[in-house]
Amino acid sequence: MSLELFLIVAAALFCVGLFGALTQQSIVMLMMGLELMLGGVILAAGAAWHYIAPAAADGQVLIVVAITAMAVEMAIGFAVVTALFRSREIDMTDMAAELKE
Amino acid sequence: MSTAAFWLLAVVAVASGVMVFRFDSMARATFSLLTALLCVGGELIVLGLDYLGIVTILMMTIEMAIMAVFMVMFMMNPAGLMPMTMIHNKRGAAVICALAFALLVAGILLAPWPSRQGRPPADPTMDLGMSLMGPQMLTMMTLGMALFATIVATVVLATRRGRYDRYGDELQAAPPADPVRGGVGR
Repeated sequence: MSLELFLIVAAALFCVGLFGALTQQSIVMLMMGLELMLGGVILAAGAAWHYIAPAAADGQVLIVVAITAMAVEMAIGFAVVTALFRSREIDMTDMAAELKE
Repeated sequence: MSTAAFWLLAVVAVASGVMVFRFDSMARATFSLLTALLCVGGELIVLGLDYLGIVTILMMTIEMAIMAVFMVMFMMNPAGLMPMTMIHNKRGAAVICALAFALLVAGILLAPWPSRQGRPPADPTMDLGMSLMGPQMLTMMTLGMALFATIVATVVLATRRGRYDRYGDELQAAPPADPVRGGVGR
């Protein structure tokens, strides 16, 4: 185990999540990609705390921030899906393109 | 022991992360994502962050349970009975992600990481609490305000009737047009 190994795992999770967020058409699946990306960030912050500066609590605080970002993303995402579905009956990103032109 | 745990959790995390976007069934995809995030929580415990690892595990379990409910509510194919794909621009995204991963790995391997400074405190949870209630108080207050704003915004977005429905386009209707009249009936 080393810092590099943990960071490479975190980078793999981040890139898999990025792939999902870029390719998925359904908004809920897109949010799952974002969650996976934030999971990678959490892992990287934990590794940085443990291997670089364990005496300072800043790495742990970064994890708390990332977990909060996950919760906020999830709540606002579902509220937006609910509002979109209520007004347009759509649940896919490509159908919600009124502002594209 | 911890090395074995690291490798097991890392392989399961990345594999189930990949499977999220390969399953036909969205319910299965949700539980695959749950597996990946539980492994992230396990990795935090391997790193010595017991409290944050458990918080991650508990939060992700509840979050994915809620996500499964929304899946069944909104998605056209929650059980995966009809094989279908709902993706766009797969090749472009794959190129972008492969490039991003290569860049990240190159950066990780080439960066001159600083050597470890200090040693972990006997109780990292206590350290985190003292930090959040002390020097990092601004972070904590910002997070609290962000969560409160989220509560308000979520209710505003998800509610069916807004103020224009109640008070009219000029916001001047009195009394407001509510399905059930308020007040005490006087």
